[in-house]
Amino acid sequence: MLKKITTAASVIALCALTACGSGSGGAGNSTGSSGDTITMGFAQVGAESGWRTANTKSIQDEAKAAGIDLKFSDAQQKQENQIKAIRNYIQQKVDVIAFSPVVETGWDTVLLEAKRANIPVILTDRAIDSDDTSLYKTFLGSDFVEEGRKAGDWMVANATGPTNVVELQGTTGAAPAIDRKKGFEEKIASKPDIKIVASQTGDFTRSGGKQVMEAFLKSQPKIDVVYAHNDDMGLGAIEAIKAAGKVPGKDIKIITVDAVKDGMTALANGEINFIVECNPLLGKQLMELTKKVVKGEQVPPRVVTEEGTFTQEQAKAALPQRQY
Amino acid sequence: MKNRLLWPGIALVALLLLNLVVTPSFFALRIQDGHLYGGLVDVLKNGAPTLLIAIGMTLVIATRGIDLSVGAVAAIAAAVTCVHIGTSPDIGTALVGMAIALVLCAALGLWNGFLVAGLGIQPIIATLVLMTAGRGIAMLVTEGQIITVNNDAYRQVGAGFVVLPISILISLAVLGLVALATRKTALGMLIEAVGVNPEASRLAGVRARTIIWTVYVFAAVCAGIAGLMISSNVSAADANSNGLWIEMDAILAVVIGGTSLAGGRYSLAGTLLGAMIIQTLTTTVYTIGVATEVTLVFKAVVVITVCLIQSPKARAALSFRKVAVS
Repeated sequence: MLKKITTAASVIALCALTACGSGSGGAGNSTGSSGDTITMGFAQVGAESGWRTANTKSIQDEAKAAGIDLKFSDAQQKQENQIKAIRNYIQQKVDVIAFSPVVETGWDTVLLEAKRANIPVILTDRAIDSDDTSLYKTFLGSDFVEEGRKAGDWMVANATGPTNVVELQGTTGAAPAIDRKKGFEEKIASKPDIKIVASQTGDFTRSGGKQVMEAFLKSQPKIDVVYAHNDDMGLGAIEAIKAAGKVPGKDIKIITVDAVKDGMTALANGEINFIVECNPLLGKQLMELTKKVVKGEQVPPRVVTEEGTFTQEQAKAALPQRQY
Repeated sequence: MKNRLLWPGIALVALLLLNLVVTPSFFALRIQDGHLYGGLVDVLKNGAPTLLIAIGMTLVIATRGIDLSVGAVAAIAAAVTCVHIGTSPDIGTALVGMAIALVLCAALGLWNGFLVAGLGIQPIIATLVLMTAGRGIAMLVTEGQIITVNNDAYRQVGAGFVVLPISILISLAVLGLVALATRKTALGMLIEAVGVNPEASRLAGVRARTIIWTVYVFAAVCAGIAGLMISSNVSAADANSNGLWIEMDAILAVVIGGTSLAGGRYSLAGTLLGAMIIQTLTTTVYTIGVATEVTLVFKAVVVITVCLIQSPKARAALSFRKVAVS
């Protein structure tokens, strides 16, 4: 029995040791902030999509351009890795900690540690769910409701006569899906001619978008517009519309959100009509905020990423420089 | 045998009738660009990958095993093929890419078979290894990006038609071949024997390990072809979402079809019905417009109803209560 317990204990100790090792490995090896250069610790979610990769690259490039010493770690979509990385940054006494929280809850303890060490925290891309707003200085990220409103505005401006819209929702319960739906509905409410006749989730994937659109094409007698919560579902819908012998972009108009490269290509080719941007390139804004925070200037608690919209003409012009 | 297929059959007909009542246009068929076009055709096309994986799963389950890694294997096949094709529009590149992917899938099946038959690890744990690692491998192959291809030959596998969707023709052909190979020879009986009692069948001279090994390789190859269908349908490989949770759909299809998870007894016709029920259910949700918040509950209610009416005990209890009330 005793032998078993000691074996178990040594295994646990060994695990803890390796865990520490990997944690500090991810956070780089130079210690502390020195002199005038600002040191920033950034804990990224992972590399789960093209959007995220572009987000990472933007932060790394802009940090270099702004002369900020960046310590970067990748949490591989796990909260415990992210907490470990943040603790590491606290020990190294960086000037600013920035991170995109993997999940919304469970951050109070580690952020309190940062607060006690007098290290300001900036959230990027995703918010946290905490009653204590003093735990972070500001949240920089997209306003998903506003993205939905932009799509709705275009719809209202371009609708001629009665318009039947079908909606391809994102993953049920995900913040971008809920908010993009809300913003769109808010805007089209002003025009009773525009109706959402069917709305189903396509799980943010191309296969999902295609399957749902195939079903809509059979069950709905008249579809004028598809509103997809991301480019991928819109691209799936294009395939379904083509298979039905209709021309995407002409017979059925398509509005999407994101503006990733594949979506922009389809927009430039005339298969999508309008894309609302969800911008991963927030590096520059992040560095500006960081400088202000370090100087002790006041920053607004919520900063919205600079985002535009693209029509087919704008897509043709923007496509060659598109990074993601 | 007939009785076992009766209830899933009734469930399928009931689902189709529900569609007929709510959206009569569901059954409308027309010719579009030289092929059939309609709601039923969609059910066949989108159900083809699930059916194919379920066929492989049926044989694995018949040997008292289970393969959780099929979804990940499907993602790997899609990733490898799309990365190989890249921007090339040639038919040759597409064929080579698919061949490489399927050989790789067979190798992954060998790995599963090695863990189960060679090392004697519990199938659910042995295949869990590849279920978790496989998606990581697919992510490495695609570097976390969605790989879009533009290759007409490749598009045919999942989105092409020869009157009927090519994908369902492939799945039905595999189903036919498996039925022939297992029911017209002793192979089926040997698989069932291994499922009933591997040790006894080994002592009786059945090469149990070889048979177990073979069914895992077969299941992985089926999963690979299904992965090609899924990705070819949208001309893109997405390591994150290709074949996600399809192992659950496939296991469900097998169980609805009347194959026992305890191994030993299997029904290929039942698996066909099961896969079609699952796909009809998904398509029904979209066509009759079930609100997204209640979709999962709706599906669960249908599945549990189908399972209950299949259970002789539940049926007996139900009819007993009816008699008692009257």
